[in-house]
Amino acid sequence: MPFVTSAALDKTYDVIVVGSGAAGGQSAYTLSMEGAKVLMLEAGRKYVPETETPMFQTPDQGPLRGASTPDKRFGFYDATVDGGWDVPGEPYVRATHDAAGRFDWWRARMLGGRTNHWGRISLRNGPYDFKVHSRDGLGFDWPLSYADLAPYYDKVELLVGVYGSNDGLENTPPSSPGCLLPPPTPIVSDRLIAQRARRLGIPVIAGHRAVLTRQLDFRSSPARLHPGNPTAQGIIAADMQRRAACIWATPCGRGCSIRANYQSTTVHLPPALASGNLDIVTDAMVHEITLGKRGLASGVNFIDRTNGKECHAAARVIVLAASSCESVRILLNSKSARFPRGLANSSGKLGRYLMDTVGSSLAGQIPLLESLPPLNEDGASESHVYTPWWLYQEQLAGKLGFARGYHIEFGGGKRMPGLGTLAGIEWLTAGSYGRKFKEDARRYYGSFVSFDGRGEMIPNKGSYCEIDPHVKDKFGIPVLRFHWKWSEHETRQAAHMQNTFKEIIEAMGGRVNGAVETDGAKAIQAGGSIIHEVGGAMMGRKAKTSVTNRWGQTWDVKNVFLTDGSVFASNADKNPTLTIMALAWRAADHILDLMRRKEL
Amino acid sequence: MDRRTTIKWVLAASAAMPFLKQRVAGVEASSAAPQAQGYGTDPDLTKVYHAADLWPLLLTPAQRRTASALCDVIIPADSVSRSASAAGVVDFLAEWVSAPYPIQVKDRALILDGLSWMNSEATRRFGREFASIKLTQQHLICDDICFEQSAKPAFAQAARFFTRYRDLTAGGYYSSAAGRKDLQYIGNVPLKSFDGPPLALLQKLGLGPEQMQSN
Repeated sequence: MPFVTSAALDKTYDVIVVGSGAAGGQSAYTLSMEGAKVLMLEAGRKYVPETETPMFQTPDQGPLRGASTPDKRFGFYDATVDGGWDVPGEPYVRATHDAAGRFDWWRARMLGGRTNHWGRISLRNGPYDFKVHSRDGLGFDWPLSYADLAPYYDKVELLVGVYGSNDGLENTPPSSPGCLLPPPTPIVSDRLIAQRARRLGIPVIAGHRAVLTRQLDFRSSPARLHPGNPTAQGIIAADMQRRAACIWATPCGRGCSIRANYQSTTVHLPPALASGNLDIVTDAMVHEITLGKRGLASGVNFIDRTNGKECHAAARVIVLAASSCESVRILLNSKSARFPRGLANSSGKLGRYLMDTVGSSLAGQIPLLESLPPLNEDGASESHVYTPWWLYQEQLAGKLGFARGYHIEFGGGKRMPGLGTLAGIEWLTAGSYGRKFKEDARRYYGSFVSFDGRGEMIPNKGSYCEIDPHVKDKFGIPVLRFHWKWSEHETRQAAHMQNTFKEIIEAMGGRVNGAVETDGAKAIQAGGSIIHEVGGAMMGRKAKTSVTNRWGQTWDVKNVFLTDGSVFASNADKNPTLTIMALAWRAADHILDLMRRKEL
Repeated sequence: MDRRTTIKWVLAASAAMPFLKQRVAGVEASSAAPQAQGYGTDPDLTKVYHAADLWPLLLTPAQRRTASALCDVIIPADSVSRSASAAGVVDFLAEWVSAPYPIQVKDRALILDGLSWMNSEATRRFGREFASIKLTQQHLICDDICFEQSAKPAFAQAARFFTRYRDLTAGGYYSSAAGRKDLQYIGNVPLKSFDGPPLALLQKLGLGPEQMQSN
């Protein structure tokens, strides 16, 4: 009985995992495959990608041609339901109305959480990224090194399936042999970008994304994933054979009914459920960790959204994987006489040092790409290639005026035409209409390229969340209040992105669409808009200055672990999901060790 | 808008007079319409939706006539493909301006007022509504409003409407089967392998296979 109701819980579990996304999925997978009895609590509804995914739907089959609306912020066909920066009945507070202090909080109230909406970009942090303070005196070092996490990056790549290549570039570490799937061949615009960017000294290499460019290696990977555990090996070998390879069509952001890309619901949960060790309750809004004897956590309180009832579940260990800010919120709301400032907050650091990713974009039109013959450029949806951060030496020499770097993601190609494909082209056509407009549309379709910079934000004291003293959500749970601040490192980086993109567009013989924003404070997108917020329960070496140790175990309550982005001590330009999964696997291994040794 | 600004607009843009009057009328019409609901945060993503499935369509037959004529001036039939109206774009426009979401509600005022303006202008210049004048006459009006940057001040509002209307018409058209065919979009079909661009094309563009040597 894997999916159960709140009325059918076991009396107690080994581990409760709160959340079902990348962190919750990975935690539950590792724990249940290795024999722990796990209860997963998800705030949103059950979601079944095999039947719910709009594969191959064309824009004209959906409302408003699939346009973004307040109900579906990334367009009608985006996989996320019951999610967005505004979730009805679940408000949050911004401490200021000032645009520079704006933070938007994305949530996905559904099984699989945010893994239903992401680019599947799966980059490893490099060795520098764990020792940032040692390198430039800013931010915080992690209490672990790249070498500690590397075996877990390997495991996650083997399990979920990540394409890419090992290019030997600085702080862009290679995967172990056999871990990466072959990258898809670049489309025309990728190749032109690569040619021209390289003339500027900017590298362009294969992207890394969680998409099966071929079937997973179900013969040899299981033994690498679960050494000494033939049961787990058998389960995952069988499940790997049920995942199809990419069919090079229909956007990944819709989800994937054939399980060719990574979503928690298509990759982590099926084998975890097959182990027989995982119960899942959906519509379970966890708001508090309960305390038992000796100051240990005894379980969690949650509201069953199907009937509004307050429920309790008990376990030896609690894993919070509810997303960075939601996990922090649960801890801050878990107040008691013993922990009056919230659970695991003796350091006062809970909610502190939130980070998002620096984002800035620019698009251009490239005459060389006009009027190309028909091409199927759907490919793997996006990011066949990308540019990792490349200016380490210039930065070291003090030439850049900001610390830390960014990578570049590219857009282009003859994508399925949609509402915006030929909108706003009068800057090229001088306002043509009629037959001339149709000719212009044929000429310009597929000739646009776009550049998205994704850069590192350094944690600062002005970016944090706390419980708002007044506002509660529809369940009566106190909500978060956000404070946000960018430093000049981030705004200057955003301006640098703009200039880089302009140079690449011009090197391609193209024209920038709109203005290049040289004011970094305007070039940078608002906090939370890249949806990479991490931190808030930082891991560290000392209980006085951090919330958890290097295993994600809270200093104050030894049977409470955080396995989501909340524990990040820095937020490298590399998108956080792969690192979240690697940390979650590592934390779960540690929990299993401690349970075997009866220390939990 | 205060009185001083209103007067300034009117003086600067006498031709826009009917437009301003209609703007008020359009707002009244939309506020009198029944309060429609959106599709919510958890709609069925796999079913096929039709224009009137989710909210009532607000365009009157007269408005549809003008909308149809104007979208066919923007995207007429040619030797390659059919016209916008033949591809169902008017239904899409009706769906769009009738939707309850903020962007669409804003567009509703702009589009309904704009359609009225097209008729007023056609009547003023040629004595008949826009759909009933000759194509050459329709072009004379559209030439004045098709490019905001060079439109005379008197046509500034109408040009703003036309820009948006062209974007919506093009959006509706190229997101339809007719538009996909016109642009020769050949994706959205399952493939056994993704082979990338043909070598001959790459050579023509000066992009040899050596452009990607990341492996």
